[in-house]
Formats: sequence, structure tokens, C-alpha cells
Amino acid sequence: MAVSGDEVKLLGTWASPYAIRVKIALGLKGVSYEYLEQQLRENKSELLLKSNPVYKKVPVLIHKDQPICESAIIVQYIDEVWAGVGPAILPSDPYERAIARFWAVYIDDKWFPATIKIIKVKDEKEKAEAIEQSFAGLSLLEEAYKKSFKGKPFFGGDNIGYLDIAFGSFLGWVRAIEKISDIKLIDEAKFPLLAKWAERFGSVTTVKENIPKTDKVVEYYSKVLKALWNA
Amino acid sequence: MAKEVKLLGQWVSPYVLRVQIALELKGVSYEYLEQQFGENKSELLLKSNPVYKKVPVLIHKDRPICESAIILQYIDEVWGAGGPAVLPSDPYERAIACFWVSYIDDKFGPSLVGLIRGKTDEENAAAAEQAILGLELLEEAYEKSSRGKRFFGGDDVGYLDIVLGSSLRWIEVIEIMRGIKLLDNAKFPLLMAWAERFRAAAVVKKLMPEAGKLMEYAKEVQARMNAAAAN
Repeated sequence: MAVSGDEVKLLGTWASPYAIRVKIALGLKGVSYEYLEQQLRENKSELLLKSNPVYKKVPVLIHKDQPICESAIIVQYIDEVWAGVGPAILPSDPYERAIARFWAVYIDDKWFPATIKIIKVKDEKEKAEAIEQSFAGLSLLEEAYKKSFKGKPFFGGDNIGYLDIAFGSFLGWVRAIEKISDIKLIDEAKFPLLAKWAERFGSVTTVKENIPKTDKVVEYYSKVLKALWNA
Repeated sequence: MAKEVKLLGQWVSPYVLRVQIALELKGVSYEYLEQQFGENKSELLLKSNPVYKKVPVLIHKDRPICESAIILQYIDEVWGAGGPAVLPSDPYERAIACFWVSYIDDKFGPSLVGLIRGKTDEENAAAAEQAILGLELLEEAYEKSSRGKRFFGGDDVGYLDIVLGSSLRWIEVIEIMRGIKLLDNAKFPLLMAWAERFRAAAVVKKLMPEAGKLMEYAKEVQARMNAAAAN
């Protein structure tokens, strides 16, 4: 059930896990939108600079000519505006919402920065620390899954929800980091629940359509990011 | 019903103040539990916020909710009938309020901390610059979102008012400590007028820490830092 959407534009980059979150949310709600791939290094578009003057980053959702920035905020906005359409993204219970929001913030503030650091740093000791921090985060998420989400197929319950999207949008990068650094992060032996969740999440149609192939991300790292980060 | 809601806090924390204001606005009675700094963290705090071990933590029906922004949204959802809405009801206005709250937490707040903790002139100058940039953006945001109303939230104190307003006492202290003017009447007339209205609100007058007490505390922190640096 496609919802008319010449009023919806998304500024993003194909590799950005934050943009992927928004694509998945829009996909779940069946909202059609115009996707505008952005240049981020030089030559930022007028539209990006005008729509996100504070951070000049993607994703930006433009709805009825009004820009909304920050992926977490955009996903919640989508859930509210298209509330009657498709599955709810945030849980309806206030406490469950608070828990989902808490872990999404943790993933953004602590877990992903530590995880991406694995391929950003050259020093072996720093790399080892980053790996340890990433594992510690996954450990917390494995425990949270067990305690708060009690054996349901997804963090959101029977269907994917806010925390699934927040966490799962990093999977393309997680697999790329695993390949580049030759480490298993979401290791089935260490994190059995997360490993199975990742498989289930990855098979959801909207997700499959929007998470980039691991090899493409690895290539992007090898050809562009590696030089940039080592500069 | 007082025992049903507990708040773990510290009187100096602007993040805790945010939660107190929200609870007061909704007429929620709660048990306030002042927490120790540093080494002697209480069992309850460690159990309730094992990930960050920080205040504020709201405990409702024995379930902890952490992170002030998340707690505020929780309060607004659970005690919706208790008082005027804290978050805007319109999804776009809500997204804008959340954007600025996020900016305050990610950029503005840390610049204030930088000004308290800065050890060198360079550090302080950089922090001051970031803080003033933040105020410029917020002055502009106030002009755009408030449309001449008394507060960011409209006629009543709302989400963004609470979040920004909770840092006012600390801004005063920093201005004295560092001998700089941050909230300059010439530069930020709208924010100055807003700040006066915010401070005059009954709920705020009741809960804001005394400037003198906070100044004393800030001096103690500085003294401890200087002593540690000297050793």
C-alpha cells in the first residue's frame, strides 16, 4: 500500500547506517520518496547545507519542504506521521519505549564508535581495546535481548521495531569490519541470541533492499576511507 | 503513592533538575534520593543504571529509566493527564524540539563542562566559542519556533525550555568563575528575556539550586582539580 510521496525526499549516502535506518522505516510504512544520494567530502549540495545547516550531515528527511535531521528523530517522526499505516515502529508501552530508546542511544554513543574504531586505528593496542569495548557492548545487548525482549524474534516483538532498526542498520558495516579485521564480532558462540537475530533481521525484505553488500562496503573502505583515516 | 516513584539524583546536576521540573509539572509525588559522587555509589544506583552508573535515574514501580531526555519523554507519556504536555503534540514541532535537545546534550552541554574543567586558556577559549555558537543557534531557534510565545514550548514551559533552562544556573556560575559573559543581553535579547520568564516560573523557582551554593561547589571542584594537577 504505497502512500503518495512526492512530498517526501531523503538526503542520504548509500553507506550511511543512519540513512539506512530511515530507508527501512520508510519502507516499513510503504512511503514512497525521492532518494537523493549526497556527496559528503567536498561539494555538499545546496539542499543539504540549507536543510541541515547545524551538522551538514545525512540523513535528512524533507517532508512537505520541512527538513527533519538526526536518524533517531527522523524514525520517530515517520512513526508518528504515518501512525495509521503499516506496523508501529516504537513500542506502545511507555516503559518499553524507554528501554528501546535507551539501547538505541547506547549503540550510537558507545557501541558503534568503539566498533568502527577497530578499523580506524593503526596501533595494535588501541585496536585490541576497541575490540574489547565492542564485545562488551554486544554482551550488554545480548543480555538485554534475553531480559527485556524475552525470546521474541525481534527486539520489537514479532515484527521489527525501533531498536531492531537502530542496531540492525549497522550490520553492513559490522560484516565489513569483520572481513577487514578478520574478527568475528557477532559470534554465534559468544552471542547466540544476537547472531540468530541478525540472520532474521537480515532476511526481512525491507532490510535486504537497503543494507549494502558487505563487499561493496569493504571496497569503499579500501579505496576511500582507509586513506582518509590514515591521513 | 510517593514510594511508587523514586528519583536518584544529585543536587548539582542540571540533568536531574530537568526530571524534577517535569515531575513537578505533572504533579507526581516522588521520593528523592540524593546520590554520592565518586567512589561510594549506592547499591541502588549501580543496580538501576549498571551501564552508565550516573544520575538521574527514575524508578517507577521498581523499574529504572535512565538518560534524562528519555526520562522526560517517559514522564510525559505516563502522566499525560497530570499537566500540560511537555513535548509538542505536532510531529514536526516535536522533531524540532528533540533536535535542539539533542544538540544541547551533544554540543552545548559539553562546552559548558569544558568551561568548568578547562585547564588551559586555549581549552577555555575553545569551549567558550562552542558555547556562544550554541547560544546563537538557540537564539535563532527560539525566534523561529516560539513565534512570539513566552517559551520554546508555547504558552507553557515545555521540553526544550526544561532542557535548556536547567543549565541556566550553571551558566551563571561559569560566567562568574571564568569572568566571561555568555548570555549577553546585547547578543541574545530573546534568550535573555526567555531566561527571565523561565526562572520566574513557579516550578523553576522552587527547584533551581541556589547560585551561591552552586558557586561554592564549583570552587571546590576547581580546587580539587588544581590539587590533582599539582601532584
